[in-house]
Amino acid sequence: MSGTKGLNRQQMADRVAREFQDGWIVNLGVGIPTMCSNTDIGDTDITYHSENGVIGYGAVAAEGHEDLNLVNAGGQNVTLKPGAAVVHHADSFGVIRGGHIDATVMGAYQVSMNGDFANWKLKGQKGGGIGGAMDLAACAKRVFIILEHVTRDGGSRLVTACDLPVTARGVVTLVATNYGLFEPTRTGFHLREIAPGLTVDEIRAVTGGVLTVADGLKQIAVGG
Amino acid sequence: MTQKSKLRGSFAEAVADIPDGSTIAFGGFAMPGTPFNLIKALMEQGAKRLTLIGNTTGGAQKPRMPDIGMLVENGQVAKVICAFTAATRPTDTLPFTKYYESGEVEAELVPQGTLAERLRAAGAGIPAFYTPTAVGTELAEGRETRMINGREYLLEYALPVDYAFIRASTADTAGNLRFHRAQRNFCPVMATAARVTIAEIDNPIVAAGSIDPDDVHTSGIYVHRLVQIPPEPEGLWPAKRQERKR
Repeated sequence: MSGTKGLNRQQMADRVAREFQDGWIVNLGVGIPTMCSNTDIGDTDITYHSENGVIGYGAVAAEGHEDLNLVNAGGQNVTLKPGAAVVHHADSFGVIRGGHIDATVMGAYQVSMNGDFANWKLKGQKGGGIGGAMDLAACAKRVFIILEHVTRDGGSRLVTACDLPVTARGVVTLVATNYGLFEPTRTGFHLREIAPGLTVDEIRAVTGGVLTVADGLKQIAVGG
Repeated sequence: MTQKSKLRGSFAEAVADIPDGSTIAFGGFAMPGTPFNLIKALMEQGAKRLTLIGNTTGGAQKPRMPDIGMLVENGQVAKVICAFTAATRPTDTLPFTKYYESGEVEAELVPQGTLAERLRAAGAGIPAFYTPTAVGTELAEGRETRMINGREYLLEYALPVDYAFIRASTADTAGNLRFHRAQRNFCPVMATAARVTIAEIDNPIVAAGSIDPDDVHTSGIYVHRLVQIPPEPEGLWPAKRQERKR
């Protein structure tokens, strides 16, 4: 990690993964969200859905044991868990639009206090990379976002309003950053848990809107 | 079965009659299901002013295999319809992007589920549909939406194509297909949306009747031409992705 404070990438993913409930169907986006599947969540039974139609994939395949026709959304060669199934792309997005995904975890450039988020297009860019993000954002039961709290030049990514083109509006229910775990509240963000080494004042200075803080604020448990 | 044989002796023969100006959908999501051999044959065939449909334009991963971007670089493409005109990582640049940014090639950016459903609708006789995807975003600006049961939906039109290029694991001579694992992705819906579907096949093509009807993924009624993929190096096969540096 490059001099950022608080949680590292895996620790952010771990915190989100601990939100998953037994029996959920979960879709993990490319990048840090993929790392949620590395988290030890005991015997909590999760079915991972990949947008290319693989339902019930498991760990990344061991070196030399890859099936080159079996990939997750990030193009990694994964394995299948017992009970897995494969469907075609239109059915896979039927799973998504039909409301069968309990939670989707995605990366983003910005999240706003009313639950909008932006992750497909940079400022001034022609076109962008949407992939399955807009379908997932509009239709999953819960949208969890993982992102670094501040930009390289110190700006906040938890903002009052997104100034980048949004992926969907009013859908984000939980945000994990390297600084803490937050919920958008429409007037700001609610800090549910704080990362080790951070103070509430430090976080308030780089968070859009009003920062409310959980009673008896807990520190995020960091494994390892 | 008395139908005319669907077997073609080469990829070149399978794509020989594709005219300039055609609309062609390419199956594939990352490597699986991507018709590398047919794409390569189309580059050699040289048809121009094509409209190409696929999840991505390719070129984000190494090793690079035949992709839409290569046909763009080859001067054969007028327009691309896809879910990514840029890479998922903002620090990556796709080979396609500079042609798009300079205006040499047009692109229509479509959410991935909408792309799949537009193809499915075309193959299923549904001219248009409403979806919640992209409502409230830049993509919906100026377009028709409708409130249904208290929620706003965006109107999307079916996307019929002239040709579909797909890859499957197994085929019989009637054109019935089976896919292996994530090879399936867009291939079945693209086959239904196309006037002519050309499939490149991994395993030796078997006699009609050798695949149990209950086990067919795509019916042969949607598949018109089959080409057996030869072993490497003559045939192109999915390669292991090179790991990237962070």
